[in-house]
This record gives sequence, structure tokens and C-alpha cells, in this order.
Amino acid sequence: MSTFGSKRIVTGAHYGLRDWLAQRITAVLMALFTVVLLVQFLMPGELGYDHWAAIFSSQWMKTLTFVTIISLAYHAWVGMRDIWMDYVKPVGVRLALQVFTLVWLVGCAGWAIQVLWRL
Amino acid sequence: MTNTTSNLQKNRPVYRNIHITQIVSYRLPPAGIVSILHRVSGLMMFLLLPFILWMFDKSLTSEISYDVFTNAFVAGIGFVPAWFVKLVALGLIWSYLHHFIAGVRHLWMDATHSVSLKQGHSSAVVTLVLSVLLTLLLGAKLFGLY
Repeated sequence: MSTFGSKRIVTGAHYGLRDWLAQRITAVLMALFTVVLLVQFLMPGELGYDHWAAIFSSQWMKTLTFVTIISLAYHAWVGMRDIWMDYVKPVGVRLALQVFTLVWLVGCAGWAIQVLWRL
Repeated sequence: MTNTTSNLQKNRPVYRNIHITQIVSYRLPPAGIVSILHRVSGLMMFLLLPFILWMFDKSLTSEISYDVFTNAFVAGIGFVPAWFVKLVALGLIWSYLHHFIAGVRHLWMDATHSVSLKQGHSSAVVTLVLSVLLTLLLGAKLFGLY
């Protein structure tokens, strides 16, 4: 799609399908993480710090958790933006809420990654 | 002719966007309830992200912080009593379960194109019942009933 010149498409942002698909792919990734976490959590052994921390100690689990954190941020961004677009009509308020959503999600993702990688 | 049409239209009920004050007078089908609760649960988890991350942080960082995490559910944390921590956790449990099951329902509908009024109704009822039942089950565990 050309974004410059005389044939430039000016109507619509064309992010509908991309975000629809991204929301579903990220959902599948988070569901996968949930199942993997649940299976490891329910493995035999005493419930406690050692069992819990061991789950997140392997490199593949760290990587899967990292992917899940990024997925969650993207997924929540699409969902929250849909909510603001549907219920908040004043453009200024909507923009402020969208900026808040982005800052909130980026901040939370940063915190989660910090916890994950200092283990 | 034009006059007759406009006169007729005047007497017809007009359905515009539902205003927030009219919500209670609208009867939602189960699929509609699942849909709005999908949004409510998503919003709740979004707003409670710092609490989720606090639990993630405390439970993983060290054995000492793990005790702080578990103690929040026994003796409370700061000025927040334990029952309130448990209640918020229960809210998160329901949000996650509902959002998860309703999400799987969405993916199922997308993947199989099995979209009929009947299936939409029954899968919505299953979503509502299953999420509440699992929440009650985990909630009973959380509040130490078994």
C-alpha cells in the first residue's frame, strides 16, 4: 500500500484486520502460557517458594513468560482502545485515556520484565 | 404522500444508541451478557495489573518477599485487611476465568464458523455457568473452606 504520492489512500487506517488478528494470536499465546503454568504448578511436590520459583527459572519458561508479557500488553491495548472508542466520544478525553492506557501498559510490562529477569 | 409517511414514522418507536440510564430496561440475551462481561473483566484486569505484578514480584523475588506475599492473605498488608486482599484476588480469579472461557468461545466460533443462534445461546450459558462454578470452587479454597 502506497503511503505517499498522488495515489495515496487517505480513507481509513486499515489497522482493523491487523488488530483483530493480533488480538487472537496474542490470546492463543496467553492461553498456552496459562496451560503450561498450570501443568507445572500442579506437578507433584510441596507448594512453596522453591516449587514456584523453579517454574520460572528455566530459560524456555522465561522466554515464554516474556512473550506472554508482550502479548498481554498488545492484547490489552487493542481491547482498551476498543472500549474507549465505543464509550468515550469527546476526542480530547479519549486521547488522554488512550495515552494513559499506553503509559500504563508499557510501565507494567517493564515491571514484569524486571521481575522476570532479575531471578 | 410524503406527509403520510412522515406521520406514520412519527408514531414508530425510535431506537437510537442506548443511553447508560436505559441499560436496566433492556433485556440482554446470555450472549450479550457474556459480551459485556468480557469487557468488564478485561477492564478489571487492566486496572488491577499493578496488583497482579505486585504478587508476581513478591512471590518470586526471594523467600522473604514470598512470605510477604503469603502473609498478605493471612494478616493483610499495610492498612489493607486480608479479607479485602482475598476479595480482590477473587475478583481477579473470576475476571480471568470469564475472560479466558469467553475468549476460547470466540476463537472456537472464528475457527469453526459454527455460528447459529442456538449454539451462540448454549455456549454463552456454558461460559457463564462454568466461570461462576470455577470461581466458587477456587474462592472456597481461597477463603479456606476446604
